[in-house]
Amino acid sequence: MNDAFVTFEKVRKTYDGRTLVVSDLDLVIARGEFLTMLGPSGSGKTTCLMMLAGFERPTAGRITLGGRPIDGVPPHKRDIGVVFQNYALFPHMTVVENVAFPLSVRKLSAAAADRKARAALGMVHLQHLADRRPSQLSGGQQQRVALARALVFEPVLILMDEPLGALDKQLREAMQYEIKHLHERLGVTIVYVTHDQSEALTMSDRVAVFNEGRIQQLSTPKELYERPQNAFVAGFIGENNRVDGTLKRLAGGDCEVETAAGPLRCEAIGDRSPGARKLISIRPERVRIVADGAAYANVMPARVEEVIYHGDHLRLRLSTMKVDDFIAKVPNAESGHSFAAGQELRIGFNTADCLALDAPG
Amino acid sequence: MRASLRRAERARTLRGLGLALPLILFTFVFFLLPIAGMLVKSVQNGPMPDILPQTSALLQPWRATEPRTLPDEAVFAAFAEELRTAARNRTLPELASRLNFENAGYRSLLMATARRLPETPAGSWRDTLVGLNPQWGEVAIWAALGRASPRLTEGYLLAALDHRRDDNDNVQPIDPSRAVYVAALTRTLEISAIVTFLCLVLAYPLAYRLATLPESTANLLMILVLLPFWTSLLVRTASWLVILQREGPLNEALQWLGVIGQPLDLVFNRPGVLIAMTHVLLPFMVLPIYSVMKGIPPNYMRAATSLGAPFFTAFRRVYLPLSLPGVTAGCLLVFILSIGYYITPLLIGGPNDQMVSALIAFLTLQTLNWGLAAALGAVLLVITVALYLVYTRVVGTDGMKLG
Repeated sequence: MNDAFVTFEKVRKTYDGRTLVVSDLDLVIARGEFLTMLGPSGSGKTTCLMMLAGFERPTAGRITLGGRPIDGVPPHKRDIGVVFQNYALFPHMTVVENVAFPLSVRKLSAAAADRKARAALGMVHLQHLADRRPSQLSGGQQQRVALARALVFEPVLILMDEPLGALDKQLREAMQYEIKHLHERLGVTIVYVTHDQSEALTMSDRVAVFNEGRIQQLSTPKELYERPQNAFVAGFIGENNRVDGTLKRLAGGDCEVETAAGPLRCEAIGDRSPGARKLISIRPERVRIVADGAAYANVMPARVEEVIYHGDHLRLRLSTMKVDDFIAKVPNAESGHSFAAGQELRIGFNTADCLALDAPG
Repeated sequence: MRASLRRAERARTLRGLGLALPLILFTFVFFLLPIAGMLVKSVQNGPMPDILPQTSALLQPWRATEPRTLPDEAVFAAFAEELRTAARNRTLPELASRLNFENAGYRSLLMATARRLPETPAGSWRDTLVGLNPQWGEVAIWAALGRASPRLTEGYLLAALDHRRDDNDNVQPIDPSRAVYVAALTRTLEISAIVTFLCLVLAYPLAYRLATLPESTANLLMILVLLPFWTSLLVRTASWLVILQREGPLNEALQWLGVIGQPLDLVFNRPGVLIAMTHVLLPFMVLPIYSVMKGIPPNYMRAATSLGAPFFTAFRRVYLPLSLPGVTAGCLLVFILSIGYYITPLLIGGPNDQMVSALIAFLTLQTLNWGLAAALGAVLLVITVALYLVYTRVVGTDGMKLG
């Protein structure tokens, strides 16, 4: 994970000459890395992928692959495997012909291409369907064929554009593991585009969160979730409760933020100057119901507004700190819990779980 | 329960049928029935078995004799008797017209003979008739009567293929100087094939461009493609006549640009017909190809290029096969439409560019030889259906999409 394999240097892209779809993007992807570009639609992530694949040209800036700039290299000479949304399997060819396509355009003999294609299908456990048409396959099977086709010519880099978007939830999870294991086994570099945060978190070495043409944060999944760098990332990845406040003073590594319901001890991220407007983010699963009033840096009174039963956990909608949609997730670990609307209780959370981010705008 | 299901389903089936009924009726009454009528007409012989029943019956055994000599006295006698009856019943002109198709002099022969036929023969009827006109002493007229005597005939179909039966009823090609129909048929097929090819060459790139353009621009261009449909065929053809003539805008522009020294002859000849027909039929090629191309996701070409295929290879191996159903449908549509073309070649073509439809119109309207006109139509129908069958055998019916 140390040598730069793909780099974006000050890359800009605009379609209409007025708004930037991608603005001044810098990104370094290491050899063998699984990097996910995550973001809402229109955030520029797919445009980045298409520029890397060669279907779009950057308006300004430079993209390099393996140390060489690739702006002048046409897509078919880039040696990049692309897995498309909706798979783009050729309907007039059989499965094995599809997989052999990149080999046959590389002038491999028909027999060798067929042999290699079947081996690649074996890798995704589909050798028994080699002679079917793509339309006779289920969505998950088509996805695996598309994967085999992108892998079979041993490209240096594989791009995936929301490849699991069309699958149902269970299949999507199974495919996530399958892609991850293929990545581990083959050691190829993968750039993966998705708007699904759970996909990004489970599969990636690093995640680049896109919004409005910029990378908001580039870090490991764990860090992305535990220490989001700004309000957008905190809001986009996972659930969070938000409380507005003003930074009062720094206290060691932590800080004290004045909110409408009194001061909270938080971890300061971004602007550390007193008086800065802050948005405090607290994950619902880090909120505890306090029984004895001890061991938490922050303790607040709260009133239960609604109890939602989720099987493995309960969601409590609480009124606290002048908001009435504060969510707490309580694991359904012991059967003794009993909550009811109208009940008064106290909630607690620690400094490390209470992030004081810069307020947007 | 099953009965109530059937009742419920029946109402739905009837409603569905009711919606399609006008179309079905229309197709049946104005398409299938006339075609059947045409096919019947092409083998229907004419009125002789009704007007000269006895002669017709007697001529049948005579036709089997080999070699042919004059029929015997019984045939002459029956013929003379029935000829007089026919003249009295005013059915003779009808018969005379039919026989005139066999030989252009037979109408007057028949009419004159009937006028001068005596009540009783001077000697035998044979001598009497030969005395009236020596042609009655030749085998030819009797062979012609023999051919007109059955109810069904293959004579029109033979004539449509430039063949005839000689006096011994052997099938012979007709005199090359009078053969027109086979040449017209091959010319029709040739012109149709060239027009189809030209349309394809022009339409394919256009449809590709339309299918890859953004929706709004594509719609605008599509209007330009469809614009000719809003003008009458006659007007379009007449404008081509103006544009293509020796002193027309096209020749003047080319001369002004210095491309040509002498004006080109573009009307009343083959190039003119091809240009005008290609223009008129182009939308029928563009539309099916466009609609099929529109259904090809752009990702396919991207996938093919990303997998290592240069543009042309990707096009040939992925886009072209996927667009073939549209090409197939367009070619079939244009070819079948141009086979029946009539006005355009008539106005812009020369004498050597007339297609079968023009001949059919001539036979129907001028010579009133409906049998031959129907036979030409039948031959055209058979060729078209045969081509269609070969075509679907090659590409399969699911390999063709009209929209």
